[in-house]
Amino acid sequence: MDLGNLFVMFITFTLINNVILNQFLGICPFMGVSKKSSSAIGMGAAVTFVIVAASLVTYALYYAVLEPLSLQYMDLITFILVIASLVQLVEMIIKKLSPALYKALGVYLPLITTNCVVLNVTLNNISEGYNFAEMLTYAIAIPVGFTLVLYIFSTIRERLDICSVPKAFAGNPIALIVAGIMALAFSGLAGLV
Amino acid sequence: MNRKENFTAGFIRENPVFGLYLGLCSTLAITTTLNNAIGMGVAVILVLVMSNIIISCLRKVTPSEIRIPVYIVVIATLVKIIQMLIKAYAPALDSALGVFIPLIVVNCIILGRAEAFASKNGVFDSALDGLGMGLGYTVSIIVMSALRQILATGMLTFENPFNVEQSIFAFRLIPEDYVISMFSQPVGAFITFALLAGALAAYKNHQTAKEEKKEAAAKAALKEAK
Repeated sequence: MDLGNLFVMFITFTLINNVILNQFLGICPFMGVSKKSSSAIGMGAAVTFVIVAASLVTYALYYAVLEPLSLQYMDLITFILVIASLVQLVEMIIKKLSPALYKALGVYLPLITTNCVVLNVTLNNISEGYNFAEMLTYAIAIPVGFTLVLYIFSTIRERLDICSVPKAFAGNPIALIVAGIMALAFSGLAGLV
Repeated sequence: MNRKENFTAGFIRENPVFGLYLGLCSTLAITTTLNNAIGMGVAVILVLVMSNIIISCLRKVTPSEIRIPVYIVVIATLVKIIQMLIKAYAPALDSALGVFIPLIVVNCIILGRAEAFASKNGVFDSALDGLGMGLGYTVSIIVMSALRQILATGMLTFENPFNVEQSIFAFRLIPEDYVISMFSQPVGAFITFALLAGALAAYKNHQTAKEEKKEAAAKAALKEAK
């Protein structure tokens, strides 16, 4: 596979097949940490690190350990444990480096463990039969798309705070309508590739 | 809180989907048809009830520092069993739900109930709580998928998941020329969800306003009596 195809794959998974707006993964942090744009960036960075690291570790584990021993059915349990320990690591690093960011992310940081994006990427790496280069492109493209949409969404929500909305729609429901309109806008990018 | 209240909490008051915003990923993704919603709902109920029972049994021997990894391993094992069963007996459902079956592991409802309820309560209560919450989730996704399917295709269909050929019911509500296919796409998912969540919030606001009015009236009556 040449570089051109990898580039097309990158664009496909960041913009067209966007992980939040098209595949509906990672909606919990999307709703939870999108109230301020600075924490959106921090969350995006943390998720990116966890996804790339988890992909490398689980890819190696699957092909070096599980497959030779024909233990493929243990994939789910192995992967989730790898992800849980990586999240613990990231939590310790962020706590040490930036206590302010640690506070802003709050409960959503340990919840990266149960972020469907991470588990989805590691499972798809295997089920789609990606080779190493494709796996790496996929593992970078997905969180980049996640961060991009999370950032755009958080900037819209900052403005939404000062608007007056019907009482029943205040908070999350109106944010979901915004997400719907964003999904409509992103579906216009489908002709890109 | 008695058992009945505890069981019915998941439907309106603490509805996991539209009230607490848990398990959103699967809700938005698989509510395109009624078939998918029912299949997913049943899978989630099975996992939730069994995980609540097991975690409740283990609650006295689990050290609290490592409780989350313990819960996740229990849940992942159960989900893998369900996934293998679905693959063997209902392959059509397996291909329709795709990656969202293994992703039940990271469905916040299941881990949330394990942490909030099963780790503190007895086995029977935990099973009941799992069943109630699971039914709340299932009813929510069935309502949402029925709405989306009717608006997007004009039809409401349900097939036997174990035998795709056998249709249990299929009828048309909206003529083909007037359907809005947008509702089967991501946009429709977000907007349907927002409208339903708004409706639930409006209902709750109405209830609290009513209660406040009642209290105020009672207070006024008390003052007059004095």
